[in-house]
Amino acid sequence: MSRAKPEDDDYWNSSKFKAFTFDDDDDEFSQLKESKRAVNSILVDDDDDEDDVERVSWSGEPVGSISWSVKETASSIRSGSEQSFPKIDTTPSLSKQGSGYSLSSLFKGKSKPGAFQSFSESFSDTSVRTYAPELRKPKSDGKDFVSDLSPEETVRRMQKGRPFSLEKFRSLQDKLLLLDEAVAVYDGNVITAVLIFLKKSLSKEILFRELMARDVALRHYVHYLKEMGEQKLLVELLKALGRTEDMALIQYKEHLNIKDEGRRRDFLKSCLSLPFSQDDATHVQDHYTLLERQIIIEASDKKADAEIFKKFPRKASILNMPIITTLYYSCFYHYGESEGTFSSPSNIRKTFRISEKQYILTALGARAKLKSWFDVDSLFNTKNWLGYTKKRSPIGFHKVVDILHKNSAPVSVLQEYVNLIDDTELKLSVALKYKCHDVVINTYRDLKDRQQLVVYREKLERDSPEYRKIQELLNNVQIRWKN
Amino acid sequence: MAHTERRDAPELPDFSLLKRLARDQLIFLLEQLPGKKDLFIDADLMSPLDRIANVTILKQHEVDKLYKVELKPIVSNSDQLCFLIRPRIQTVKWISDLVNSDKVAGRFRRYKIIFTPQKFYACETVLEEQGVFGDVTTDEWNFYILPLDDDILSLELPEFFRDNFLEGDQRWVTTAGSALHLLQSVYGSFSKVYGIGRCAKMVYESWRELMEEGEQRTRQPEFAKVFLIDRDVDYVTPLCSQVVYEGLVDDIFRIKCGSVEFGPDVTSSDKSIKVMLNSQDKVFNEIRNEHFSNVFGFLSQKAKNLQTAYDKRRGMDIQQMKAFVADELKGLKQEHRLLSLHIGASESMMKKKTKQDFQELLKTEHSLLEGFEIRECITYIEEHINRQVSMIDSLRLLCLLSITENGLLSKDYKSLKAQYFQSYGIDHLLTFANLRQLGLLEEQQAGETLTVMESKVGKLVNDKTVGKLTDAFSSLAKKSNFRALSKRLALVPKSGEEYDLRVPRDMAYIFSGAYIPLSCKLIEQVLERDGWTGLEEVTRMLNGQEFAVTGGSSGSEARNKTDAQRIVLVMFLGGCTFSEISALRFLGKERGCRFIVVTTAITNSARLLEALLDNHA
Repeated sequence: MSRAKPEDDDYWNSSKFKAFTFDDDDDEFSQLKESKRAVNSILVDDDDDEDDVERVSWSGEPVGSISWSVKETASSIRSGSEQSFPKIDTTPSLSKQGSGYSLSSLFKGKSKPGAFQSFSESFSDTSVRTYAPELRKPKSDGKDFVSDLSPEETVRRMQKGRPFSLEKFRSLQDKLLLLDEAVAVYDGNVITAVLIFLKKSLSKEILFRELMARDVALRHYVHYLKEMGEQKLLVELLKALGRTEDMALIQYKEHLNIKDEGRRRDFLKSCLSLPFSQDDATHVQDHYTLLERQIIIEASDKKADAEIFKKFPRKASILNMPIITTLYYSCFYHYGESEGTFSSPSNIRKTFRISEKQYILTALGARAKLKSWFDVDSLFNTKNWLGYTKKRSPIGFHKVVDILHKNSAPVSVLQEYVNLIDDTELKLSVALKYKCHDVVINTYRDLKDRQQLVVYREKLERDSPEYRKIQELLNNVQIRWKN
Repeated sequence: MAHTERRDAPELPDFSLLKRLARDQLIFLLEQLPGKKDLFIDADLMSPLDRIANVTILKQHEVDKLYKVELKPIVSNSDQLCFLIRPRIQTVKWISDLVNSDKVAGRFRRYKIIFTPQKFYACETVLEEQGVFGDVTTDEWNFYILPLDDDILSLELPEFFRDNFLEGDQRWVTTAGSALHLLQSVYGSFSKVYGIGRCAKMVYESWRELMEEGEQRTRQPEFAKVFLIDRDVDYVTPLCSQVVYEGLVDDIFRIKCGSVEFGPDVTSSDKSIKVMLNSQDKVFNEIRNEHFSNVFGFLSQKAKNLQTAYDKRRGMDIQQMKAFVADELKGLKQEHRLLSLHIGASESMMKKKTKQDFQELLKTEHSLLEGFEIRECITYIEEHINRQVSMIDSLRLLCLLSITENGLLSKDYKSLKAQYFQSYGIDHLLTFANLRQLGLLEEQQAGETLTVMESKVGKLVNDKTVGKLTDAFSSLAKKSNFRALSKRLALVPKSGEEYDLRVPRDMAYIFSGAYIPLSCKLIEQVLERDGWTGLEEVTRMLNGQEFAVTGGSSGSEARNKTDAQRIVLVMFLGGCTFSEISALRFLGKERGCRFIVVTTAITNSARLLEALLDNHA
């Protein structure tokens, strides 16, 4: 999609951003192609090439790697082959990674003499203690007094994974002190742990009320409920907080879990009464209407035997597709149906307030795909008040050409639309791009640009009609060339 | 290639130690469950695990069969099941169901869950609630950091972004703090820490707590400085199309855990091939940071050199040939392979980009960054949507438009939103709500007033929480101020100037000279000023939350001469892009220092936006 105004192109070409282009015929690209050819043509006269692949380090996952061997999954294995461990030759990777280094030796404080620097010597005792053998430490120390600890100490123990007890935090004030302390040390894990405790030991009304003034804790709680799938409680919470839009969205989200389209439609219908913002309410209404229509269309098209369905069998169901995809589908299979039917393009266009531009784009794509050039043609026909037919398009004709080309329209069709491009330079560049010779030649002729015609002639095949046409023009003495 | 590395560039620490540390801890944990066992691995842990261990190692520690966690019923005959998973409620629920159905079937097994990088109370609560606490033992594998390359360390936590920034869940704050603590314990302390962002502050605090608990270390520091930055400080950069080779490969083929799968169109054969992309690949290493337009020239030069090297064989006698085969041939063949692979990749990328009118897309992006011809940009985006081209690209352009323009005019917002729904599905109602919450795609408000909810809450607030609450809301209702920031920091070079991409003059080269990434510019400025002084206006527009602290063990000035003092560690909270890494590598070369990037995950525009989609169950 290029911008319409030529000035822009001027700007961009002269700006600093002319970094590189992705045009096919760009010099560097051909250079690249050349070097590829060169590299590929280099002959290496030994044929164990393939073996080499496994040995060189860049060949990806080492054979015997974990993701390499976990190809079978538990659930797929069930279907018959109980083959135990995937057979893999692990020798190459063993030699690469096997270190002969044992963990137990580390924890005994002695490392086996090896090629590399001893591991335990490389850092002091403290870090070893911090990073590995913490696990060995019995975690039962001081169990007797954990119930007498202050909120600070309790939170600290929770952070460390040491035993703790929350039982003594019984008054609301103590509970909140505990929560605030957890928030004060920024530890999300502990904040959630305290919230779980509060959830069990406080009525939800009280908990909700307290959370209202504690945003950090509140967000942890909301996230926890989401992860636990406690939808009902979550909705209640958001409602109590007055966050009605969030509540509506969270409820609306539920539809994603409903597989059956009928039930999904009914669920969406029930969402219509939720307190969405005004805009969102319209969208949810659309969603419901869309699915309702799609179910009707799907039911009838599944057993449809019209010519078009035989010629172009449907690849997938239309259910749950976006509006534009549905419109495209309708332009493809139901073009020309009267507005009264749900499946007709005009009905869909009207129901979902689709802009003219969007409609033309979609219909153009669908009709071009079917090579219905007549339909394409009539998309752009407008009659003025005198009854003359004129071609008009809400999208630039250069883009129309683009879309037609992508749908492999023949040059004769392309040419017609290239000619409708107002801007001469743009017309010329599009014509050149898609090799619409007639348009190119006529434009140069109109520009009285003899030199360009000569240049263009050289690009054409000798004795082709276009070539001869240029010949004739150049021989025409009546034209007053500018150069 | 064009710019050679400064000879005095400091050596980077050896991060392979981190892999060994993780592997040994995993082995230790597996040994905690003696005997044969089946191992179930979370799908997204498989690639990271591959980088540090392999099947042989697992088998040596009596792992019998390996399965991918799929949240479906399982078939396993083993009496011991071990689960290696991320701490997710859904997975733990699935395991609980499994245990319970075994119980019903009267089957006795031992179960062990190894959570990585840590366990969460919420997960343990699920075990408790499902009545399987005790039947299942749990452990933690503190696999915090995976070195992806010499200078890239990843936490491999893509969910960090959504959890932290969208959901407001701080569960990963201590994880990030622990990762820094691990680096410090193994490689020595830092003399100075800078940061910006709410999360950065919290991570720093969490790390500081860990430091205070641990013993003070007196080792020579291996890094001079640390810079922590939240992803939401700069959304513009990750939303731009990447045009540096490595970034482009990531945008098109998706690099996963340092490895990429090239399809038949690249390999010119009928099979796909997985390739590790890192500094070990000599060809890749030379082009990864280059603007794509420079890559062709480089590759063809390489091809010519290669041909010359092969040609040397002609006219050799037996002795010479023998030496050639022994010394050179293998290297040449390897280079040959790499070269044809990257040429294939370039060609395939070129084809794909030509097809999607990349040039036009870039033009629009650059106009948005420059604030130039916005109406035409909107028309372009509208048509992009109308033609149902890439759903993610349309969303990306909408977000860029909104951030650079401080929100869309109400009329435009409504119309573009409606058209988006028409083209890609009304389910995106939820996606748009998420984007609005993050400030990525907003409708301009007539007058910035607090919502009813906010003022209601405001009245209820007690003194203690008032500060935090304001923070929370200001981050929600935050304005991007991109235009003003861009002007202040000169992010968009003046138009009309020629930019020679072959000889980059600043970090803007990673975006064809059109834009210096905000994130990297901030890092540059702060390092230059040794703090935030003079950047007050900038930080105000970024919503504050900046900090700079001097570490306890700053030591004598003499240390500044050592290599370590020229190594800067940058931690991106919420992900960073390959383009940003390239920009920092460039900056490092300019300044004679080296950057080590620690990120919660490698991201790009597609990953960032996909994390916010809510149109599927």
